[in-house]
Amino acid sequence: MSDLVKGRTGDWEVVIGLEVHAQVLSKAKLFSGASASFGAGPNEHVALVDAAMPGMLPVINRECVYQAIRTGLGLKAQINLVSVFDRKNYFYADLPQGYQISQFKDPIVGEGVLRIVTADGSTRDIGIERLHLEQDAGKSMHDQHPTKSYIDLNRTGVALMEIVSRPDMRSSVEAAAYVRKLRSILRYLGTCDGNMEEGSLRADVNVSVRRPGEEFGTRTETKNLNSLRFIQMAIDYEVARQIEILEDGGSIDQETRLFDTNTGMTRTMRSKEDAHDYRYFPDPDLLPMVVTQEEVDALAKELPELPDDIRDRLIDTYGLSPYDASVITEERATALYYEEASNGRDRKLVANWMTVELFGALNKSGKALDDCAVTPEHLGALVGLISDGTISGRIAKDVFADMFETGKAPDVIVEEKGLKQVSDSGAIEGLIDTVIADNQDKVEEYRGGKDKLFGFFVGQVMKASGGQANPGMVNDILRKRLDG
Amino acid sequence: MSDLLSLTAVEARAELDKRSFSAVELTQAYLDAAAATADLNAYVLVTGDHALEMAAKSDEKIADGTAGILEGVPIGVKDLFCTKGFASTACSEILKGFIPTYESTVTANLWSAGGVMVGKLNCDEFAMGSANETSAFGPVINPWQAADRLDLVPGGSSGGSAAAVAARSALMATGTDTGGSIRQPAAFCGVVGMKPTYGRCSRWGVVAFASSLDQAGPFTRNVADNALMMQAMASHDPKDSTSSQEALQNLTAALTAGVKGLKIGVPKEYVMDGMDTDVFTLWEQAQTWLTDAGAELVEVSLPHTKYALPAYYIIAPAEASSNLARYDGVRYGLRVEADSLDAMYEETRGAGFGEEVQRRIMIGTYVLSAGYYDAYYLKAQRVRRLIKDDFDTVFQTVDALITPATPTAAFAVGRKIDDPVTNFLNDVFTVPANLAGLPGISVPGGVNADGLPLGLQILGRAFDEATLYRVASVIEAAAGFCQTPQRMAGAVT
Amino acid sequence: MSVDKTTVAKIARLARIKVPEERLDPLARELNGILDWIAELDEVNTDHVAPLANVTGHALRMRDDEVTDGNYVDDVLVNAPEAASGFYAVPKVVE
Repeated sequence: MSDLVKGRTGDWEVVIGLEVHAQVLSKAKLFSGASASFGAGPNEHVALVDAAMPGMLPVINRECVYQAIRTGLGLKAQINLVSVFDRKNYFYADLPQGYQISQFKDPIVGEGVLRIVTADGSTRDIGIERLHLEQDAGKSMHDQHPTKSYIDLNRTGVALMEIVSRPDMRSSVEAAAYVRKLRSILRYLGTCDGNMEEGSLRADVNVSVRRPGEEFGTRTETKNLNSLRFIQMAIDYEVARQIEILEDGGSIDQETRLFDTNTGMTRTMRSKEDAHDYRYFPDPDLLPMVVTQEEVDALAKELPELPDDIRDRLIDTYGLSPYDASVITEERATALYYEEASNGRDRKLVANWMTVELFGALNKSGKALDDCAVTPEHLGALVGLISDGTISGRIAKDVFADMFETGKAPDVIVEEKGLKQVSDSGAIEGLIDTVIADNQDKVEEYRGGKDKLFGFFVGQVMKASGGQANPGMVNDILRKRLDG
Repeated sequence: MSDLLSLTAVEARAELDKRSFSAVELTQAYLDAAAATADLNAYVLVTGDHALEMAAKSDEKIADGTAGILEGVPIGVKDLFCTKGFASTACSEILKGFIPTYESTVTANLWSAGGVMVGKLNCDEFAMGSANETSAFGPVINPWQAADRLDLVPGGSSGGSAAAVAARSALMATGTDTGGSIRQPAAFCGVVGMKPTYGRCSRWGVVAFASSLDQAGPFTRNVADNALMMQAMASHDPKDSTSSQEALQNLTAALTAGVKGLKIGVPKEYVMDGMDTDVFTLWEQAQTWLTDAGAELVEVSLPHTKYALPAYYIIAPAEASSNLARYDGVRYGLRVEADSLDAMYEETRGAGFGEEVQRRIMIGTYVLSAGYYDAYYLKAQRVRRLIKDDFDTVFQTVDALITPATPTAAFAVGRKIDDPVTNFLNDVFTVPANLAGLPGISVPGGVNADGLPLGLQILGRAFDEATLYRVASVIEAAAGFCQTPQRMAGAVT
Repeated sequence: MSVDKTTVAKIARLARIKVPEERLDPLARELNGILDWIAELDEVNTDHVAPLANVTGHALRMRDDEVTDGNYVDDVLVNAPEAASGFYAVPKVVE
């Protein structure tokens, strides 16, 4: 299956690399003791260090380092026991120090890999180049006053992980799948809440095109995309724009662009003249950071099971379909729910009930899994009632709807509504006798060769039983009765 | 009053405990001295009322027997240290009016120990200079004069600190030393100045010049006072990632330990062109003093010495160019209004930084810029390692080094220079220790033919300040330096 | 490696320092004087020598993840040349 894009003059291959900025979940900031949480009044979560007062110095937060290591482990990446913090020097109102503390040559995490599942169900490994820690910047507001901008430093100094992929993606769909998977892993690990609308996860996309088999083309960078949809749109627009320029005989300027969410187009952000010279050098207020193998091993031990590993386990051990396994392991909360619900039950059936009935009901009502009335225990019990023949699958759907409304246990509902499946052969025989007696003419027709009428008899028996007759038994006994 | 001024800190402490006089009286004497010597321009801010309040509190503590080791001692603070509630400007226009809401760790330590803050002392702007001629508050005049009575520089960047201690308008003073800014002015002013091992004193709350080189240290009249002040200043500070946890040694014991059995190195590369004959003579004399006191003097080699200055003038400006980026008119200090943010930055920094600071920021920006980083900055850091290795090798066989502190005595204010490099050479003997992070002390050894003080420098192993004090005590005793500057408070004119 | 007037102007721009036109040439001369002298370092063979970025010899100390700072907006803004409703105010930035 080819992701090649058809241009006027032939095929083009798309090359995409992503730089994702993920805000680290921690109580305090990376280099100061101010709170890293969201939502305070302006400049409340600002320490003197964050405001870059004269004489202030950075001291690193161990938990932020550990969160970066956990993320690296989750990306099956190399953890660099020694890493260095560098200053990235530039001037901007939301950057009080006049430099950002980042990692340039020696990041905490090296090469890794992230597996995505493409639309056709196949998997692809996308290379991770590196992950490093850096400070987030503050917020400037330019629209509150005609001649002034207002600066809030609450976000200044919050820890960010910058995760850089190799340019391995070949379509905007893959890029979106990559971000989705990355987000899932980060949420699993608890290292970032992945909330793109709030800005705790944002992506810069590097896009270039080339004729298949040729060298990489010149790439552009489009910054600060904060939804999967925008990522795809920006890439698609850039690809079309670049192809058109190249087919017209022009060349691509290496530049930074911004995505306009209203028009769906990208536009130039900076002119070439103003290209930043960041003058990176090791931050002399900080020493090289050393973590021990013991620390890394301890962190590895405590890691929760990762989505890919759970997914593989669900497929190999429980026989789930790749689709169901992917859906269930997208979020850690869902995977945990599934484990609990399916414990001691028919694993595949529980998976099916979750992906179809439960998620269907959640989507329709706009509810999230963690505030839904159906507990994992109850869902499991419902499936159990189907497995042991107490109720039919058909009836179970009604029971489920009730469970979703009321939060009651399935056996309670079955009891209250008298929905127990009838599997007493005597009772069923009785019902069948009645139906046969009442429909002699149809019996003659059936015995005369109208096979399709079998369904009619089944329906009549089910109706007479109020839907509670065990359909399998009805089928068997009816066959014997009618066919003689 | 001048009797009070003549007491050393150790003597004053003893007399205060005996209640011979009060801390308030002592502080008043120093406030009067500051007023009397105001034309030296050593102080940029005298905090008289505050000082007397602190002194009164000291009297209470002395009375109830809870006196700290510096209780009641009048101390001047270089204006590079942030002092809560009092203007702290780094002697720059760009920080005029800045009043910190916080106290630097070093000065907090001094006040905890009972010190009394007399005021803020003049210095070169952002600590960049070696003559205290770049200050936005005007130059400091050395209280020492030659026969021609011309105004002389006190050295820099801690010129105000050295001058105040020499002029007896402060009993002790804080300084910072990045390339020699304590040791060189100490030598020019005939006082004792110590730059401890990098990491001994916290840099938190000290306006940063070059982070990997800056270190706070004490200025005092003599070695014993210096050891006392050092004890109060040094501490491990968790707010400073470069702060060391090495325990300070027993410095008091070091004062009387002598130098018997010590091996002291004389680095041959410190013999340099441009070094005054008097300086060389004093250096040789010091070697004799030490031999007479039982030390073994050995010639050693620090082969990369001459590269220390150029390496320093890449590394320090580079770090400074980044450290001074925060002075942008947004959150504190000077702001020159303009139509756009960038214009505001450029106007503010253009107006707020003096020429020397601008030059160093430009050099620093250049050596870090794309295409030059490897050739300059990285090269300088490699040379830095070679310089440190030289010292490490030498300290395997000797315990300390004796060198001159400066190539000359104090020179005239306003000396016309065509190129900035001439000024840099003032620091030729002091800079290597900063690059290697090693401790160094400057002790007055005598006067030159013009009657101006000359200093001897002792360098030691990392975290071995005790050995420096051992050697310094012996030098001090042998030198018997008892001259006083012409423009000292209480001096007979 | 020497700098000319244009380079000086570029450096000044990078450093956000306004240098008046008449200072550019003198400044270029001063900077070149320093750069020429610094070039002495080229004499030293530093092949196989690792750069020394800091002299402390200890590794980076890390602190616990606790909120121990902040929540003093007044201190943060008290020295500001211009502040409004808890924000710093600067000339408007056009992105």
